[in-house]
Amino acid sequence: MEYLPRLLFAIALIIGIGYFARNVRKLIRNIKLGRDVEISDNKSQRWKNMTMIALGQSKMVKRPIAGILHIIVYVGFVVINIEVLEIIIDGLTGEHRIFSSAGEIYDILIGTFELLAFGVLVAVIIFWLRRNIIKLKRFLSSEMKGWPKSDGNIILYFEVVLMCLFLTMNGADLQLQLNGAEGYSTAGSFPISQWLLPIFDGLSNSTLIIIERAAWWMHILGILTFLNYLYFSKHLHILLAFPNTYYGKLTPKGQFENNEAVTKEVKMMMDPNVDPFAAPPEGAEVAVPAKFGASDVQDLSWHNLLNAYTCTECGRCTSECPANQTGKQLSPRKIMMDTRDRLEEVGKNIDANKGEFKDDGKQLLGDYITNEELWACTSCNACVEACPVSIDPLNIIMQMRQYLVMEQSAAPMELNNMMTNIENNGAPWPYNQMDRLNWKNE
Amino acid sequence: MSELLKVPTMAEFMAAGKQPEVLFWVGCAGSFDDRAKKITKAFVKLLNKANVEFAVLGTEESCTGDPAKRSGNEFLFQMQAVTNIEVMNAYEVKKIVTACPHCFNTIKNEYPELGGNYEVMHHTQFLKSLLSDGRLTIEGGQYKGKRITFHDPCYLGRANDVYEAPRDLIRKLDAELVEMKSCKSRGLCCGAGGAQMFKEPEKGSKDVNIERTEQALETKPQIIAAGCPFCNTMMTDGIKNKEKENDIEVMDIAELIANAEDL
Ligand code: SF4
Ligand code: SF4
Repeated sequence: MEYLPRLLFAIALIIGIGYFARNVRKLIRNIKLGRDVEISDNKSQRWKNMTMIALGQSKMVKRPIAGILHIIVYVGFVVINIEVLEIIIDGLTGEHRIFSSAGEIYDILIGTFELLAFGVLVAVIIFWLRRNIIKLKRFLSSEMKGWPKSDGNIILYFEVVLMCLFLTMNGADLQLQLNGAEGYSTAGSFPISQWLLPIFDGLSNSTLIIIERAAWWMHILGILTFLNYLYFSKHLHILLAFPNTYYGKLTPKGQFENNEAVTKEVKMMMDPNVDPFAAPPEGAEVAVPAKFGASDVQDLSWHNLLNAYTCTECGRCTSECPANQTGKQLSPRKIMMDTRDRLEEVGKNIDANKGEFKDDGKQLLGDYITNEELWACTSCNACVEACPVSIDPLNIIMQMRQYLVMEQSAAPMELNNMMTNIENNGAPWPYNQMDRLNWKNE
Repeated sequence: MSELLKVPTMAEFMAAGKQPEVLFWVGCAGSFDDRAKKITKAFVKLLNKANVEFAVLGTEESCTGDPAKRSGNEFLFQMQAVTNIEVMNAYEVKKIVTACPHCFNTIKNEYPELGGNYEVMHHTQFLKSLLSDGRLTIEGGQYKGKRITFHDPCYLGRANDVYEAPRDLIRKLDAELVEMKSCKSRGLCCGAGGAQMFKEPEKGSKDVNIERTEQALETKPQIIAAGCPFCNTMMTDGIKNKEKENDIEVMDIAELIANAEDL
């Protein structure tokens, strides 16, 4: 029993998990910068949605090729993580393959891991080809240049490296078992890594042990690095897809939120008993909201912000968007990516200013999302329907339109005319309300 | 022929101390747009034929506020909503039918929070229920065997998951229903929603209605069926743009049924 590796392992684990916990705290803080909304209804329906959509990947298979490949990677990762548990116990206790006492079950487990690892490798390579060689249209949009493109590829490289290390570790282990090396008793079955044996054949046991240990260490350090990469990446969806599908919208898609702040104002205006000039009663809260609609991330709800962190940048929304399909600037994916980028910027601002947000002269509207994008939306809900993790880009678009219209009167001229008509004639066109039944006699 | 239309108002029902079976919410397009008025009349003919005791609000009806809300003018929307709700609640309206998916969606989904709770049906759902209650029969007539493709209105389909009622009615015409490559939950918008109807589109490579029309043309239809006055306008414009107006008709489902019955 050597203590040094165990100590080093414990330190790596503490740093890896500690840093991750720090990022999770930051994530939660940033999401809570959003406006408070209560989502606590229909718990059973919500659990069901989470089970179906996040765990069961029900929406992924709407596009069969990507869907099935994704399920392979997803199942692979979830199942192979059982192996990580063994690695952690081994690392801390100094044992080797501690679960191997399970005998035949262990053989089946390791065999399954290997087959899945191979499946993941194949799927990931196809994913890489789709992104880089086949050049699917939805991975080429302007918002996918630079970091988002690299991010997509880095994730794939990570997975390739991790799977290769895993298989190398097993292959070397198998060769050592065959050589009857000390500490490497026969355990596990190796349907994939047995094909690596020719590479290891003829190497001395000490070289093999170095290879096996190196692969073991790099595998677990890689996993810890990957864990900490999540926060900076679209890969965060592997965690957030669960809460996000839980909190997803349950009402019909056509039902847009009622703006309560406006309801209060309208009630006051319509109520003949309210004296608009009366001073508010002593101690009463003056409930005038700071703003109607949203111009920055803090005006959006925490649910919108959770959506933004969950976005996988898959572009299914954008590829179904009628505005985007016909060459308009609007891309619902970009709406989500911009929201996350701005939220990160605000979070960093808060970190740099001892927990207080200092005005940086920027906001989501204008600096990230333009009016032109917002006005191109037909509110058709195709993006909402397409999203495999229950994100609602339309909700953000509508809140920002509310800000443009109610705070800035910045609607396109024709829309202003339409609204004036509704106000004056009760119809979006300049017809008289008194003529509404004329059709009957025409 | 139009003299034959019976279109009583809520006020008349009230004066007679009666309640209609259902309120027909005509909507702005159905009241004022020349093309949509034909749909309104076709639907009324069917209601008359099925002896449905319905009423309209007439001059007491006002825009539901949908285009205002989708434009972001929540104030104007809520003012419209509250006014309409006041009128309908005073008449003790319980059930509403409308031929406009936007009115349908707004009244059904967005009025309850502002105090308006009604059972709301799209006219295709209502016609289907008349059919299953045996109050209306549909025969194929002139549409027998015709190739008809149905364009899903966003605010009926995705927004409210109504996909089958309009299709069932088309099938009843003994027509050949052909689907576009994007249909039902993946149906492509006609380009009018979200108040786009009232403005020029943003800069782009194509107009949305042209894209959708091209999808419709791929099915080689004789008729494009619609269930929304705005979709109808957009698709009609698209067909004209493609110079196909002599070969292909854009028709509302209510019109198809009324024509098939020679009404
Ligand atoms: S709702 Fe707006 S953003 Fe979403 S797909 Fe439709 S047009 Fe695009
Ligand atoms: S919003 Fe949903 S569909 Fe759109 S890119 Fe993000 S995860 Fe994909």
